[in-house]
Amino acid sequence: MSTTDLHVHNPVEELLRQDRIPTIWCPGCGIGTSVNSFAHALLKQNIDLDKTAIVSGIGCSGRVSGYMNLDSFHTTHGRAIPFATGLKLARPELNVIVYSGDGDLASIGGNHLIHAARRNMDILVVCINNMIYAMTGGQAAATTPGSSLSTTTPYGAFEPELNLVQLVDAAGACFVARWTAYHVVQLERTLEKALRKKGFRFIEVLSPCPTYFQRKNNMGDALQAMLDYKKRSKIQHGCPTWETALTPSGPIIVGEFVDREREDYLTRMRKQLGPHYSEFPAQQEEHVSEGCSREC
Amino acid sequence: MPKGTVAITAERCKGCGFCVEFCPTHVLELSSAFNAKGYHPPHMIAPEKCSGCNLCGMYCPDFAIFGFRLAANGESKGATK
Amino acid sequence: MHADPRTVLTGTHFINGDAACCEGALAAGARYAAGYPITPSTEIVERFAARAPEVGGLFIQMEDEIASSIAIQGMVWGGQKAFTVTSGPGFSLMMEHIGLAAMTETPVVFVDVQRGGPSTGLPTLPSQSDMMQARFGSHGDYAVIALSPNSPQECFDLAIQAFNLAEEFRVPVMFMMDECVGHMTEKVVIPPADQIEIYPRRHTQKPPGEFRLYEPGPDLVPEMAHAGEGYKVYVTGLTHDRRGYPSLNPATQKELVTRLFEKIRRAADRLVMVESDQLEGADVVVVSYGITSRVAQRAVHAARAKGIKVGTLRLICVWPFPEKLIRELASKVKALVMPELNMGQVVIELERCAAGQCQVISVPHAGGTVHDPAEILQAIERGAQ
Ligand SMILES: Cc1ncc(C[n+]2csc(CCOP(=O)(O)OP(=O)(O)O)c2C)c(N)n1
Ligand code: SF4
Ligand code: SF4
Ligand code: SF4
Ligand SMILES: [Mg+2]
Repeated sequence: MSTTDLHVHNPVEELLRQDRIPTIWCPGCGIGTSVNSFAHALLKQNIDLDKTAIVSGIGCSGRVSGYMNLDSFHTTHGRAIPFATGLKLARPELNVIVYSGDGDLASIGGNHLIHAARRNMDILVVCINNMIYAMTGGQAAATTPGSSLSTTTPYGAFEPELNLVQLVDAAGACFVARWTAYHVVQLERTLEKALRKKGFRFIEVLSPCPTYFQRKNNMGDALQAMLDYKKRSKIQHGCPTWETALTPSGPIIVGEFVDREREDYLTRMRKQLGPHYSEFPAQQEEHVSEGCSREC
Repeated sequence: MPKGTVAITAERCKGCGFCVEFCPTHVLELSSAFNAKGYHPPHMIAPEKCSGCNLCGMYCPDFAIFGFRLAANGESKGATK
Repeated sequence: MHADPRTVLTGTHFINGDAACCEGALAAGARYAAGYPITPSTEIVERFAARAPEVGGLFIQMEDEIASSIAIQGMVWGGQKAFTVTSGPGFSLMMEHIGLAAMTETPVVFVDVQRGGPSTGLPTLPSQSDMMQARFGSHGDYAVIALSPNSPQECFDLAIQAFNLAEEFRVPVMFMMDECVGHMTEKVVIPPADQIEIYPRRHTQKPPGEFRLYEPGPDLVPEMAHAGEGYKVYVTGLTHDRRGYPSLNPATQKELVTRLFEKIRRAADRLVMVESDQLEGADVVVVSYGITSRVAQRAVHAARAKGIKVGTLRLICVWPFPEKLIRELASKVKALVMPELNMGQVVIELERCAAGQCQVISVPHAGGTVHDPAEILQAIERGAQ
């Protein structure tokens, strides 16, 4: 049945904490698919994996950090971005990637998303948008489109959805793109491009949640969701983000929408500090004493 | 002589069918066999058509399949350990 | 190791408690901070924002206290010493991340310059009503250390201690100032750097591969590694095993949560930090902390003038609570009197430890100003009868 050849291995493997596979994800969950594109992008861009940290909030998507064999931070719900901000500031040589869900990044964490984009913090944010709070069992999120059903909107959602790419564009992100889990190759290329860029970069990945979103809305299984993405997607690079709203059944505009040059936070800080800025090399260790005397 | 082939870790497979659907040359099919978790992992039904493009691997959410190119002599090429 | 002389403003200064706290943090090696403005704490970060860049650090004003309280944890895992500063309403917003720091054993300092509450309360006026919140505010079971300075000098000295303890025990340390102490201007002597002991980060000497992030040391405290050093650390707020991997079962929970408590409990004797006066032969002992300890002095002098044998005990480290000391004291005196600028918080702990051996008299205060010493005197007199 299996054609396992022990001499070959999937290059993605070295990026995974293999002792944690299989994942907790349901069959056909798009989160894992997006991880392939992400892993290949890291490898192709020859990113120093010892200098790469991945930060997640809480949710099914938030589990990505813990499966990646990088410095992994699984923080609190909605707060991956401020954690990543602190990490980047304290160790600027790190590539800091935030990988989390739509509810996490855009609902509870929405304010942090806006402000990190405004600051142009040098982090890459990958947002898995399954249009639902999946981990908690399929409740409506700020991204649940139009009148979709969820466990907390049994009569359909009464509130319109947030267009994330438009939001971060308006807040000042220097790179903004959207793909779906169907677009594995395009997503990888965009991730590669984003990894090369400095500043706040945001990539939205629409991803099937067959267990909750698809099932609740009678949209079939994961495969059907992928075929639906294939059918409905229209690639429009450079499309103004206000024209990219997502609807329950309309076209899905995908592509790289924003790619602008803007000084990132640390660059601007250093420039503005001018003579006040000090590199301040680490203190020379005198001796490492055993503990601290509490008398100090 | 096929240009490529796949490696499948059947126990990881959750039977979603992405690999089958998105293989451009229709090399794969979900087998009737079960793995320990009760899913049907894919197998090759048209191995000669496999280009080793690894699209199946790119789509697989569970890192259970991986395509690679074969050298002319049938040896694996590229991603060897 | 000693403080870095480049960060220490050695000399005699006339500054307020907020400024002294900022200098203490810098002397302790904290060059990174995140915060959100709130009276009466803001002066600390205002000063820090000006001072930090000159020593290679920075202050970032985040979008709220939730962000601030986790940004500092990112800074710590990036290899820095970091802290945040707030007051009541902001402290409430930080609670989830106090739990995160406790769970992930992230050495950070939370400064709370207490003001009157609940809610927006009295923004510019003092209280000590966040003391229980400091101990129990985040959900779940965990242990913290909380220090309470009563002068600008102590805001400096104890700020250094706060960072040292955070590093030694890998716990979040609550630095519980109050509006009075924060805004009080007094002489503050900052010693030369080589007289300031700094507890260095407990960084592992082991190479990646041999190192497990949550392997407890002999004192139950694990060693640390930072992001970007090749260790591929895995840090999660989920219940985790010694590798740091989530392990959601009662056995791992028991091991982890017990250790989070035990690492502090075992060191409880060492963590007793008190200042006492005339405890020997005292009939009544006034137990207090922070600004209230200074107000109590007046009442104590008056009581002594009336011939009452009064001792004083000032809690410098409030959490963990000096249980043993209080138990012993309670067996020797008629009464323990506790004035505090709240409706009776730490006195609950005092009562528990006294366990009925003596009277425990609470002198509550709703906050907004300090006690009238006469109220404390009355309580002392009642206790002496
Ligand atoms: C402060 C807080 N509130 C609520 C929760 C419960 N919670 C866990 S995950 C989640 C939603 C996650 O949704 P999303 O970010 O979209 O991730 P998904 O599971 O859909 O991938 C919620 C509400 C929590 N962990 N913490
Ligand atoms: S619940 Fe949805 S998002 Fe979560 S693992 Fe399952 S399919 Fe994926
Ligand atoms: S490697 Fe390419 S051609 Fe071969 S099975 Fe996979 S997708 Fe099909
Ligand atoms: S894509 Fe992966 S999990 Fe899905 S059927 Fe193919 S091998 Fe199995
Ligand atoms: Mg979601």
